[in-house]
Amino acid sequence: MRDPVVRAAELAPVGARRRRMAPYLFLLPVMVFLIAFYYYPFVKTIVTSFTVTDAAGQFKKVVGFRNFLMIFKRKDFLPILGNTLRFVPMIALPTLLLGLLLALFANKRAPGVSRLTETMFSMPMAIASASAALVWSLIYNPVVGVANYLLGLQINWLTDDRFAMLSVAIVTVWLQTGSNFIFLLTALRGVPQDLMESAMIDGAGGLRKFFHITLPMISPTLFFVIFLDIMGSFQAFGQIRILTQGGPGIATHVLVYDIYLEAFMNYRFGTACAESLILFAMMLMVTLIQFRFENKGVHYA
Amino acid sequence: MRDRAPVWKSIIGVLLGLVIVFPVLYALSISLMPESFIATYPPKILPSAPTLENYAKALKTAPMLRFVLNSGIVAVSIMGVQVLTSSLAAYAFVNFEFRGKGLLFGAVLATMMIPGEAILISNYLTVASARLLDSYWGLILPYGASAMGVFLMRQQFLTVPREFREAATMDGCTDWRFFWRILMPVSMPAISALAVYCFINTWNQYMWPLLITSSVTMRTVQIGISMLSFSDGMAYGVIMAGFMLILLPSLVIFILGQQKMVSGLMAGSVKG
Repeated sequence: MRDPVVRAAELAPVGARRRRMAPYLFLLPVMVFLIAFYYYPFVKTIVTSFTVTDAAGQFKKVVGFRNFLMIFKRKDFLPILGNTLRFVPMIALPTLLLGLLLALFANKRAPGVSRLTETMFSMPMAIASASAALVWSLIYNPVVGVANYLLGLQINWLTDDRFAMLSVAIVTVWLQTGSNFIFLLTALRGVPQDLMESAMIDGAGGLRKFFHITLPMISPTLFFVIFLDIMGSFQAFGQIRILTQGGPGIATHVLVYDIYLEAFMNYRFGTACAESLILFAMMLMVTLIQFRFENKGVHYA
Repeated sequence: MRDRAPVWKSIIGVLLGLVIVFPVLYALSISLMPESFIATYPPKILPSAPTLENYAKALKTAPMLRFVLNSGIVAVSIMGVQVLTSSLAAYAFVNFEFRGKGLLFGAVLATMMIPGEAILISNYLTVASARLLDSYWGLILPYGASAMGVFLMRQQFLTVPREFREAATMDGCTDWRFFWRILMPVSMPAISALAVYCFINTWNQYMWPLLITSSVTMRTVQIGISMLSFSDGMAYGVIMAGFMLILLPSLVIFILGQQKMVSGLMAGSVKG
């Protein structure tokens, strides 16, 4: 039995058939790029995680699950996983909160300076994690840096294992807050004004309005921003490499940094690929949990 | 009463803004200090006698302008290609009903979930086997499409009233013509938003150019600046001068494009 859609296409005049092909043609360029540089390498990574390669990344032999077993046998692997998971709320929560507070602050335009403040609030967005890390390494410098000087403290920000993770997290929050601010600001300005006015007429106070109107109205954007923050925290790399190299000890050693070391310092591409699959699985799990939450908590207009 | 509150708000806003951009102002200030002045305790916030010697030294230590040119070529190319591929794909998702639409859209968005590190090694091998290492092509091609771009353009196209296309089709306008003559021009804010986003992301790339470029003349800005930090130990003044030099282009684009980005995202969020 032939598919009715296909048959209709065959019977239709040339114009209609061309229209049936059209969407696929429009999608072709994106698909070519995504297949060549996302799906194909991803499949290759999965395959490589079950193999051993030479130092140039060329296939040597199939080893089954041995790469995965070796990773879980490493003594430092659980602490590294712990660091990776601890890092996520340390970055995502303050980023979201700060972004939201700044957006609420800037939502009602202040006279004269609103463009200036918006640009300043979002500026760290324009800065690379690698070069930001260079500036912050100076700020954190215990002698010539201003962090200790301005706060009146004597802290080895990057070399004391009680503070290293916090220091890296501060830089990451600084880098990511700007995009949260911009997304949430646009969402806030998209909340229909008449809705707010009718709530005011009904006598709703500020907090009530926020929780019953504003928050539900911007929940799709909040959801999207939380997704970006979580993915960003899992993937933070440049700032860790430049500020702490995973140290002191393994205090800031996270999964992404370990993948980098395995692949490009130790040339063990098999285990590096296996680790990146573990990272992928963690990100996937968080996303699935988030999507379940979306079905309950997010309001789409 | 009504007039006083906003003035206070403006002042608080600017002060908050200054706190947020402090690291950049600090870098600027340090870049204008002589090295001997930076190393003294207590730390200095402002230079006593501003000098440009760190900038001269940065330009002499590494070919900073060449790095800027390389990053510029790569960023503008990726920007153009991504705007085009994203818009075409978004058009298909918004204006057509076809078999596998949901699946394909899911397949595009799913690429956001693939961590860069998971595909880096394989992409390196692909580019190497195509003999594109240490070339502009190798820097550009892997970033020809992005899920974010498709998503952003889709959100924009959803806001264009259906009647536009219906009217155009009635007049015998083809999809191709409608796309170029009507849809793209009315979508300029979203296109600028995507363009700014793309440019800054590419300008700020670190890992990929580090891996695939090997000659100094092909290096991009973020790698170039790390050359400054390794050449002279702890020469903070020179590093900050380099930082300011490579920040300037992306900052200009960001400040010019920031407002467009907001309105572009705004258009996208009206119909989420």
